[in-house]
Amino acid sequence: MSSVGIKGYAYSLNHVPEMGLHYGNTPYVERLTKGETEFLSKLPEHLQQYEDARDYAPNQAYIGGITLDEYETQPKPWYENRMTDAGRYGRYGEIMPEDEFLGLMDICDVFDIIWLERSFASVVREKLAKDPVITDKVLARLENGHDLDEINVEIEKHRALPLYFENNVVGCVRSGHEVDECLFPYVLLENLASKASAVLSVLHLLKNFDVDPGEIDFVIECSEEGAGDMNQRAGGNFAKAIAEIAGLVNSSGCDVRGFCAGPVNAMIAAASQVASGARKNCLVVAGGAVPKLYMNARDHVKKSMPALEDCLGSFAVLLVEDSGDSPVMRLDALGKHTVGAGASPQAVTSALVWDPLQKRGLTFNDVDKYAAELHTPEITLPAGAGDVPLANSKMIAALSVMKQQLEKKDMMDFVREKGLTGFAHTQGHIPSGVPYIGHACDAIREGKLNRVMIIGKGSLFLARLTNLSDGASFFIEKSSGTPAVGAVTKDDVKRLILEALGDIKDSLQ
Amino acid sequence: MDLQNQQRIKDAAEKYNPEDLVVILGSSDAEGAEIYAETVANGDPTFAGPLAGVQLGLAVYHVFEEDVKSEADTAAWEEQISMMEMVLDPDSLAAAVAAMRKEYSRYSL
Repeated sequence: MSSVGIKGYAYSLNHVPEMGLHYGNTPYVERLTKGETEFLSKLPEHLQQYEDARDYAPNQAYIGGITLDEYETQPKPWYENRMTDAGRYGRYGEIMPEDEFLGLMDICDVFDIIWLERSFASVVREKLAKDPVITDKVLARLENGHDLDEINVEIEKHRALPLYFENNVVGCVRSGHEVDECLFPYVLLENLASKASAVLSVLHLLKNFDVDPGEIDFVIECSEEGAGDMNQRAGGNFAKAIAEIAGLVNSSGCDVRGFCAGPVNAMIAAASQVASGARKNCLVVAGGAVPKLYMNARDHVKKSMPALEDCLGSFAVLLVEDSGDSPVMRLDALGKHTVGAGASPQAVTSALVWDPLQKRGLTFNDVDKYAAELHTPEITLPAGAGDVPLANSKMIAALSVMKQQLEKKDMMDFVREKGLTGFAHTQGHIPSGVPYIGHACDAIREGKLNRVMIIGKGSLFLARLTNLSDGASFFIEKSSGTPAVGAVTKDDVKRLILEALGDIKDSLQ
Repeated sequence: MDLQNQQRIKDAAEKYNPEDLVVILGSSDAEGAEIYAETVANGDPTFAGPLAGVQLGLAVYHVFEEDVKSEADTAAWEEQISMMEMVLDPDSLAAAVAAMRKEYSRYSL
């Protein structure tokens, strides 16, 4: 079987400006190493309210509040042209406010790490009860909370990290160990936030596609966090922890890592398990990254614009056997950035785009859209990092020129036609191609597109293990309409041989 | 320019004769290229890294400058870099670095 069906997908954001202000890596490290600097004193003036984030066109594109065609018509700059008709919920998920997210983190905490203040917990319970994906069973995990005095003792005496809402301490993240740095509050905050945001997308997927939680067979998680202790620093396993809270009682799971290339590699791992028949279905999921909140805020503050990196991103995609009625992910022509391919953009683009096209005998023009590194350009441009999706589209167009499949003068037409405007938060693994899966599948179902390519790239060198980067890619397209054949059995082979022998016999006669 | 790269360049300038050192940039952004060039020639303008206040005066070029391109193996250039020549604006990148070099570098090729 060379293709699997994409049955469902979900995308959510958690708007967490105060978590970012205190624990996003840029402000957190600055505070730790330099104290209250000018940047830190100015940053609070640049934070966005929930409504600002909700009405921000890229965020609405991410959760499916608008289609990508509608997104293209939104006036820029988006942060000065907020949408007037945006809602909390989109076709794929929601933008959850910070207080409710702290509640969701408590729901996802099974080790009494998160403590919320009693009255705050009570208010949050009422709000979360109105969220259509938060079932009574999920909500029952929310604790009644603690007195503020108890929380303050944890913060002052046991190095718990305070959690804030509207500038007040409303809870804390407690330490998981006296000496193990892997279980200190900051690490646990990162991991629990990632877990909770992932759970939210899983819950939306189950609801939106009417999937029984008990039917999920296997979960592969692909964020960039590391869960473990000092004996096994990133031993895992987020996937099973997420599955537990989402009620996926018949599933198991494991984690796949690869920096920003993680999600595409996880999709390939999941699809391969479904295609081989090893799993009935596979859910690929990732939550967001607290350290990346306000990563570029220094430049946003300098340029007198809102600090836009205030949301945790998450997604979930459900892969099933190709039954002929869902768009399919192809496994017969994957892009792979090999060790020997070289690190230049040209080598990477060739490996990820040209090689799989050649493998299937396709031209650049046979793909309707290329989705790589879908960062919102308004976030990256002020920081000098350029328009990342535009740069990727230009690279593919330039390669197409080099392969003599496009005239140089038509490069920008190619970019306009086959490229995408970025709409994902700079959450590392989150922008890397996967945010387009939902929109692509919808457009394929509607007959607007036939084939797209999803591309992920990862900066492996950041871990100091290798100077290499990585990348992977795959095609999504319309199903052939015929259910794919499962793994070939001995009997299938026997039957085929007998048929062939029969044909030979007939031709000899 | 990140702090580790600043340290690497500072170490190299101490270990080798600065006259014999050339910094080749591959930045895709003219503004960024200017800052990198200024950093290795006149010191870190953000005063954040090891090159803050250190005027190494190194020769600095963008890879798209003719002086560098003409030294490159044609086949390797074609295989590794020519695609990016179409994607980026080589002239403005080259001009940005050349201007910084003229202003701050004590050495050149």
